[in-house]
Amino acid sequence: MSDSLNEFVKNVCVRHNKDRNRLMDIAEEIQQKFGCVSGAAMDQIARETSMHRVEVESLISFYSFLSKQPKGKIVVRLCNDIIDEMKGADKVAEAFSDELGIEVGQTTPDGKITLEYTPCIGMCDQAPAALVNNVIVTNLDADKARGIVKELKKHGDPAKLTKKPGGGNNADKLMFSMVDNNIRARGDVVLAGYEHEAGLTRALSVSPEEIIGTIKTAKLRGRGGAGFPTGMKWEFARKASGSNRYVICNADEGEPGTFKDRVILTECPDLMFEGMTIAGYAIGSETGILYLRGEYAYMHAFLENVLSERRKKGLLGKNAGGRKGFNFDIRIQMGAGAYICGEETALISSCEGLRGDPKTRPPFPAQKGYLASPTTVNNVETFCCVARIMDKGADWFSGMGSKGSPGTKLLSVCGDCKLPGVFEVPFGTKVSDLLNMAGADDTAAVQVGGPSGQMIGPADFNRTICYDDLATGGSIMIFNSTRNLLQVVSKFMEFFVEESCGYCTPCRAGNALLKERLDRIAAGRGESSDLDYLQELGESVKTSSRCGLGQTSPNPVLSTLKNFRGLYEKLAKKSKDGLMQSFDIKAAVAGAEAIAGRPSEKF
Amino acid sequence: MSESITFTIDGVEVKAKAGETIIEAADRAGIYIPRLCYMKDLIPHGSCRVCTVMVNGRPQAACTQPAMHGIAVENNTPALQTHRKNLIDMLFVEGNHFCMFCEKSGNCELQAMAYRFGIPAPKYPYMFPEKDIDASHPDIYIDRNRCILCGRCVSASRDKDGKTVFDFTGRGPHKKLAVNAEANLGDTDAKAADKAMSVCPVGALMKKRVGYEIPVGCRKYDQKPIGSDIESAKKN
Repeated sequence: MSDSLNEFVKNVCVRHNKDRNRLMDIAEEIQQKFGCVSGAAMDQIARETSMHRVEVESLISFYSFLSKQPKGKIVVRLCNDIIDEMKGADKVAEAFSDELGIEVGQTTPDGKITLEYTPCIGMCDQAPAALVNNVIVTNLDADKARGIVKELKKHGDPAKLTKKPGGGNNADKLMFSMVDNNIRARGDVVLAGYEHEAGLTRALSVSPEEIIGTIKTAKLRGRGGAGFPTGMKWEFARKASGSNRYVICNADEGEPGTFKDRVILTECPDLMFEGMTIAGYAIGSETGILYLRGEYAYMHAFLENVLSERRKKGLLGKNAGGRKGFNFDIRIQMGAGAYICGEETALISSCEGLRGDPKTRPPFPAQKGYLASPTTVNNVETFCCVARIMDKGADWFSGMGSKGSPGTKLLSVCGDCKLPGVFEVPFGTKVSDLLNMAGADDTAAVQVGGPSGQMIGPADFNRTICYDDLATGGSIMIFNSTRNLLQVVSKFMEFFVEESCGYCTPCRAGNALLKERLDRIAAGRGESSDLDYLQELGESVKTSSRCGLGQTSPNPVLSTLKNFRGLYEKLAKKSKDGLMQSFDIKAAVAGAEAIAGRPSEKF
Repeated sequence: MSESITFTIDGVEVKAKAGETIIEAADRAGIYIPRLCYMKDLIPHGSCRVCTVMVNGRPQAACTQPAMHGIAVENNTPALQTHRKNLIDMLFVEGNHFCMFCEKSGNCELQAMAYRFGIPAPKYPYMFPEKDIDASHPDIYIDRNRCILCGRCVSASRDKDGKTVFDFTGRGPHKKLAVNAEANLGDTDAKAADKAMSVCPVGALMKKRVGYEIPVGCRKYDQKPIGSDIESAKKN
């Protein structure tokens, strides 16, 4: 091993106190410096942190932003989710590939630039988009792609690709990104503006039990999608036995089509940190962790600065917010490209320096979460709601929205509409009203809640966004009548196949099987019995999967089988000649024909 | 410890000790819940999902779910049996299992489970994935074509042998059993006498030079289906 690698790995490990729980940070630093975490590096990490090498490799091999094989100094990651594809990502990929002289998945011969695909990077409102190392480039087309390559070849500095920053804090010198906020509707809870630290001040003047009581009275439910009552979650964590307690903010929004947390993190990070601090006080915690998805690394320095400003103001640290005896601080944990880490127990695993496998439940995080201590994991938006509820009161909050779903919801709207962006609307808003607001016409289908949610057709557009009807973590994708919906479904299934952690059988194998049969039908080779086959297989995956990702992964198929059955029936019909459509006789005899040196007489 | 917990499995009353899982209580009661990754004395992995039961109407893995007082567990229902069959089918097609000449045949839990469920051939299409064989160790070999990623060897090596010879790498369809070395089992401190080498339910982790030792007819599952030992405990 070269001395420089040796020295670097050693220093990184020492800087992280040789703590195996910080393996994510250690690995990311080495990856950034050397373009890979080589076998030699793994051996040394294992030695320094008293781990086994295979445990280190287990983590490295799990995350798509980490690799054993060397990558270029610059890695261009093209977002290839369905929305980007609809907006011309294939042309962009072609241009990149042509200009670089390599295929997607390869590195230029000089070892400088790697080109690869990545699933949703949270920029569907300005697609096609790509990551160039940590720099986001948006609204791409073929010409821009060629321009980017030419520039990178010239100066090799991705940061110089940002000429003109996007609006709001995107122009902050620590972020300086071309990302646009695209805020289309500001609701009263999060985006309309607020009095800084009013919620925190009020919260610290009452007892932790009172805070939990207020959150319960407000009937706040988790904004990540599952909708678990926040007050109850906190109460469990507070009452569970343990010497340490942890507050974790889930900023790993990876559900394709979701980008509302991006806007919150950019425009109101203080509100979110305020909410986390309130949570720390409420459950009796000293440590908060913001788990930031790897794709949002461009915000890292900006957010670190927000935290350090808060420390300077006494809002974090010893006697935080002026409350004697309340010591609380927050660290940022960077993710490294894994959708599954949005699942709360997988996220905890990742924070602990493990592969992002969900954990066995029970015990639940509130009992034994991060480092086996009571932990609450809440969404970015949920923490914002908390701070606002503490400021304005439970009645103010529950006066908005619908009966079972009080408050507002931030929605990330994208796809076939004139105004893609973030809409903060009261719960109970009709899909049709949302479509009007976004300037969508000729809408054939709306995917509510991302791939793990459901696809609905015009018959359901009078339904409402809320926990009791159409629940969503925020992703709303719009498809007009020119789109091939089965292709959309196939794309979603491809996503789940790749993003499954592979721990349990149904999600690991079942999703690949669902995709195989779906593609067969879409290609016109389906049997009518394939509809029942998909239904039964989908239900097995749903019922037997180990975590929320697996349990919702067959939804693209199951929800379209229900709401767009006609599409399947049109394609998978009984063949006229009685032969199985799935059996391609021409292909089957091709080998024999080649050997015989003549075409088959019968077929 | 007193058996203070009482619950039902398919309507039959079962007693459990505090801290026991559903599968442990069921085993003692002579009720067989089909399973593949679970093995007594190892930390339950909960990955194969074959032991999925309904607990008060919600699906849970019986090997990880604690037995709680008053719960109603459904085990042998047509819907659950269908899910289990499907899971077994999935395990067959995502690997390369050739029972007819596999050394583990007759002693293989996956094969035995398929027989118990009356599966003559999987209904899903074979994926024929490319998997490798590691024969670098003098006394043991890994055939990844047959690995069902149950985690038994990982747990046994770590928790029983104190070695951590194995762990999983990759994710999704790329997940595989890896060894604590650059590539080869031969470069690890694995020994044939390790507990980890005797826990594989299938023919993935095998000792060399003992293949086909037991004649056909005398192998573990030649006479009675898998699970019979647990079920016969009931009558005693």
